[in-house]
Amino acid sequence: MSAATFKIWRTLPGGDGTFQTFHTEVADGMVVLDVVHKVQAEQAPDLAVRWNCKAGKCGSCSAEINGTPRLMCMTRMDELNLWEPVTVEPMRAFPPIKDLVTDVSWNFRVKKGITKFTPRTPDAPDGTWRMAQRDVDRVQEFRKCIECFLCQDVCHVLRDHGKFDEFIGPRFFVYTANLEMNPLDTADRVPELKHDKGIGYCNITKCCTTVCPEHIHITDNAIIPLKERVVSRYYDPITRLLRVFTS
Amino acid sequence: MAHDTYTYDVLIIGAGGAGLRAAIEAANAGVSVGLICKSLLGKAHTVMAEGGMAAALSHNDDRDNWKVHFADTMRGGQYVNNWRMAEIHAKEAPDRVRELEAWGAVFDRTPDGRINQRNFGGHRYPRLAHVGDRTGLELIRTLQDHTIHLGVTVHMEHTVVDLVLDGGRAAGALAYDRQSGRFHAFAAKAIILATGGIGRAYSVTSNSWEGTGDGHALAYRVGAELIDMEFVQFHPTGMVWPPSVKGILVTEGVRGEGGILKNSDGRRFMFDDIPDNYKPQTASDAEEGWRYTQGDKSARRPPELLTRDHVARCINREVKAGRGSPHGGVFLDIAWIKEKLPNAAEHIKRKLPSMYHQFMQLANLDITKEPMEVGPTTHYVMGGVRVDADSQMSTVPGLFAAGECASGINGANRLGGNSLSDLIVFGKRAGEYAAEYARKNPAARVSDEALARVERTALEPFERGASGENPYMVQKDLQQVMQALVGIVRQESEMREAVQTLQQLKARAARAGVSGGRDYHAGWHTALDLRNLLTVSEAIALSAIERRESRGGHFREDYPDKAAEFSTINMMVKEGAGGMQVTRVPIPPIPDELTQVIEEQKS
Ligand SMILES: Cc1cc2nc3c(=O)[nH]c(=O)nc-3n(C[C@H](O)[C@H](O)[C@H](O)COP(=O)(O)OP(=O)(O)OC[C@H]3O[C@@H](n4cnc5c(N)ncnc54)[C@H](O)[C@@H]3O)c2cc1C
Ligand code: SF4
Ligand code: SF4
Ligand code: FES
Repeated sequence: MSAATFKIWRTLPGGDGTFQTFHTEVADGMVVLDVVHKVQAEQAPDLAVRWNCKAGKCGSCSAEINGTPRLMCMTRMDELNLWEPVTVEPMRAFPPIKDLVTDVSWNFRVKKGITKFTPRTPDAPDGTWRMAQRDVDRVQEFRKCIECFLCQDVCHVLRDHGKFDEFIGPRFFVYTANLEMNPLDTADRVPELKHDKGIGYCNITKCCTTVCPEHIHITDNAIIPLKERVVSRYYDPITRLLRVFTS
Repeated sequence: MAHDTYTYDVLIIGAGGAGLRAAIEAANAGVSVGLICKSLLGKAHTVMAEGGMAAALSHNDDRDNWKVHFADTMRGGQYVNNWRMAEIHAKEAPDRVRELEAWGAVFDRTPDGRINQRNFGGHRYPRLAHVGDRTGLELIRTLQDHTIHLGVTVHMEHTVVDLVLDGGRAAGALAYDRQSGRFHAFAAKAIILATGGIGRAYSVTSNSWEGTGDGHALAYRVGAELIDMEFVQFHPTGMVWPPSVKGILVTEGVRGEGGILKNSDGRRFMFDDIPDNYKPQTASDAEEGWRYTQGDKSARRPPELLTRDHVARCINREVKAGRGSPHGGVFLDIAWIKEKLPNAAEHIKRKLPSMYHQFMQLANLDITKEPMEVGPTTHYVMGGVRVDADSQMSTVPGLFAAGECASGINGANRLGGNSLSDLIVFGKRAGEYAAEYARKNPAARVSDEALARVERTALEPFERGASGENPYMVQKDLQQVMQALVGIVRQESEMREAVQTLQQLKARAARAGVSGGRDYHAGWHTALDLRNLLTVSEAIALSAIERRESRGGHFREDYPDKAAEFSTINMMVKEGAGGMQVTRVPIPPIPDELTQVIEEQKS
C-alpha cells in the first residue's frame, strides 16, 4: 500500500466543475479505475463514472489522466508518478454530463449517417462468400475498435475547432475504411467522405493514432488511404490535365 | 408524478447479443420496437466474449453436424437440458452465424476462404466461429451497426426497475434515465427480457457491473418461473493477480491453442482426473493432446479441454492441496509451445492478441515467455427465466426472455461458445414470436397507480439519506457470502447459513440510503440493484440446497455423486404466498430420435 492523492473532476450544480482532492491508499497492481471506484465506495458515493469490462474491451472508461486521453481501466498506478497528485477529468471534447461522464451521443448519430454495409451477391449457392485471410487482415484491424472515442477527444478538429457538424472524426474514418475495404462491400462512400464527412479537415497530425488503445493505425491505414481515394476521384484528372498543359 | 410514456409493440430490455438480435427480427417483422439498456449501445457484456460462437458449420472438420453439436450440448449439460432448445440451437446456429457475415461480420478465415472454427472444451470438433479472441466485440458491433438502420428506438443508459402487468399479461415497464435520474414509463404489447447474467452476486467474477440478475428478478416479481438457478458456471481460468483484476477472464482459447495447466510441482494435473464418460475422447498423453490442438483429426483432445465445471474443480483441488501458484491459482502455460513451433511468440500474439495485451498491461507479464496464474471465476448462470423452447415466452403471457437470462439450453453446465450462438438463435426467435404476439393482441393498459408505486419505492433510498446503510458495503457483504458459502464446492449447512445471512442483508438493503442529486448517482443505482441481487442469490441458494446431488456446475461435498432421482427434474423457483418457493418440475420425456442421436455419439 502506498498513499496517493487524486484530483478528480466534479461537476457543480450550476454546470461548472472543479477538481476535488481525495487522499487514498493504492495497492499493488491497481489501475486508475480501481482508485476511482475506491473513492466512490468510501468517500463520494455519487461520483459518476462509466465502465463495464475493466479489461480494455468495451471502451466505456475513457477519461483524461494527467491531461492525456486514456482508458482508466488500462492505466496502471505504477506507471504514474505518485509524488504528484494524479488528475482525472472527463473527455473535454464532449459536453459534460456529470463528473467523469460526458455526452457522447453525437458519435452514435454520426454513425447512422454513414452508408451502411452493402454486400455483393453471395459467392456460393448456400448464401456464403469466400474471402482469404490476407484480404481481411486490414479490415479486422479496423474492427478492433472499441468505440472509446478517445481519438475523437484528442482530434483538434473536434476538440479545438468544434467542427461537429462537418467532420466525423477519426473513429468514423476508421469505420468508413472498414466498410470501404471490406472485400464484400459494393457501396461507394467516396462522395460522402469528401462532401459531408469532412475528411479534408484532417491534416494528419496523428494524435488520434497515438491515443488509440487498440493500436489501430488510424492515420496510416485508414485516413490516408481514404484521402487517396478522394484525391484520385476528384482531383486526379485535374492534376493530370495540369501536367499535360505544363509539360 | 408525471413521466414521459413511450409506447411500442415490442419492448426489449437489454442490448447485448440477445436483445439486439431480437430487435432486428422484430423490426423486420414490421412492428415498432423500443430497446432499453443500462450502458451505452455496444458496451453490453456480450462485447467481452472472447473465444467464439459454436455452430456446426463443419468447415474445419466435415464430420461435424447438428447431431454431434446437440449430443455435445446435452452431455455437457448432464442431460437436464431442455432438449428441444438444445435441438433448435444445434440446428439453427449455422444459419444464424452465416447471416452475420451478410451484415458485415468479418470472421477469421480457413485456407479455402470460409469462416474458420476453433476447438473448445466439450465440443467434439472445431466448432467455434471466431475473430481472434474478440468474438463478442465482432458480434455486438455487427448487430449494433445493423440495428441502427432499422428504425429501432434505443434508450441508452436507462435501467428498468419493475415490470407492470395488465390482467396477468405483460404490459409495460418503469425505468429511470441514469443520466438525469428521471423516470420514464414504457407501454408495450410484448416485452422481451435480454438482461444477461448474475455474476455480480459473487465477489470473484468475470462479469461487469451490469450482471446483477435484473431480468431474472424482474420476471420473478411479476410471477414468472425461474429454473436451474443452482447451476452457476465457474470458469476455470480467471486472472488471480494483481488483486484488482482478480476474476477477469482468461479465454478458454488459450487452452484451445495448446495452453496447458500445471501445479506448483510442474505436474500437468489434468491428466490425473478424467471422468469416465469423457475417457474415450480424451488424449492419452501430452503429445496426442498437442496434435489435437494443431488440428490433427486422428488425435483426441487434451484434458485441459474437458468441461468447465470439471476443470474448475480440479484447479480448486490443487490449490486447496497446497499445490497452487504463489497468488492462489495454478499455472496456465502457453509459452511452452515454443518447443513445438518456430515463431511461437508471433503465433501466440496473432491467435490471442487481447490476452497478450491484457496480461502485458494489467499484470506486467509476457504470456509468450512466462506462464499465467489462473483460478476459477464466476462466469455464467445456466439458470434463468423458464421459457417455451420454440417461442421463448415465459409463463407470463406476453413476457419473453432470451440469452443468458433465459434458461434451458445449457442444463447443468454450458459449453464454451454455446452462449453467443444461443443469443442469436433464441434472440431471433424471441423477436419473431414477440412480434407475432404483439400483432395478435390489443394494447395492454399500464396503470398509473402501479407506476407511481414502483417510483415511490425506487426513491426511498433518498429519503433515508446518507445516514442509511452504505449500499456498496451491503453489496460487498452479499458477494462475499455467496462466494464463500454458495460457491464452487457446496454443502447444506453452509448454504443454510447463507440463506439466513441473506435475510439479514435484505433488512440492511431495505435501510440503504443515499444523498445528493438523482443525476448519474452510482450509489443510488447500487442501492436499487441490491433488490435484484438478493433475489437471484436466494434463488441460487435455495435451489442448490434442494438439489441433493452433484451435477455439472453444481457440486455438493455432502452429495458428491449424481443421483438418478434428480436426472429427470429441474428445480423451479416462483414467488409464493410465504416468499420464494422451490419445487421440482419434471423434464418432458425426450423423443426416441433424439435419444438415438445421443447414443450414436457416445462412442
Ligand atoms: C469475459 C467473458 C468472455 C466470454 N466469452 C464467451 C465466448 O467466447 N463464447 C460464448 O459463447 N460466450 C462467452 N461468454 C458468455 C457470453 O458473453 C454471455 O453469456 C452473453 O454475452 C450474454 O449476452 P446477453 O445478450 O444475454 O446479455 P448481455 O450481453 O449481458 O446484455 C445484457 C443487456 O441487458 C441490459 N440490462 C440488464 N439489466 C437491465 C435493466 N434492469 N434495465 C435495462 N437494461 C438492462 C444491459 O445493459 C445489457 O445491454 C463470455 C462472458 C464473459 C464475461
Ligand atoms: S490525424 Fe487527422 S483525424 Fe487524427 S487527430 Fe490529427 S487531424 Fe484529427
Ligand atoms: S479508433 Fe481507437 S481510439 Fe478511436 S474509438 Fe476506436 S479504439 Fe478508440
Ligand atoms: S471498462 Fe471497458 S474499456 Fe475500461
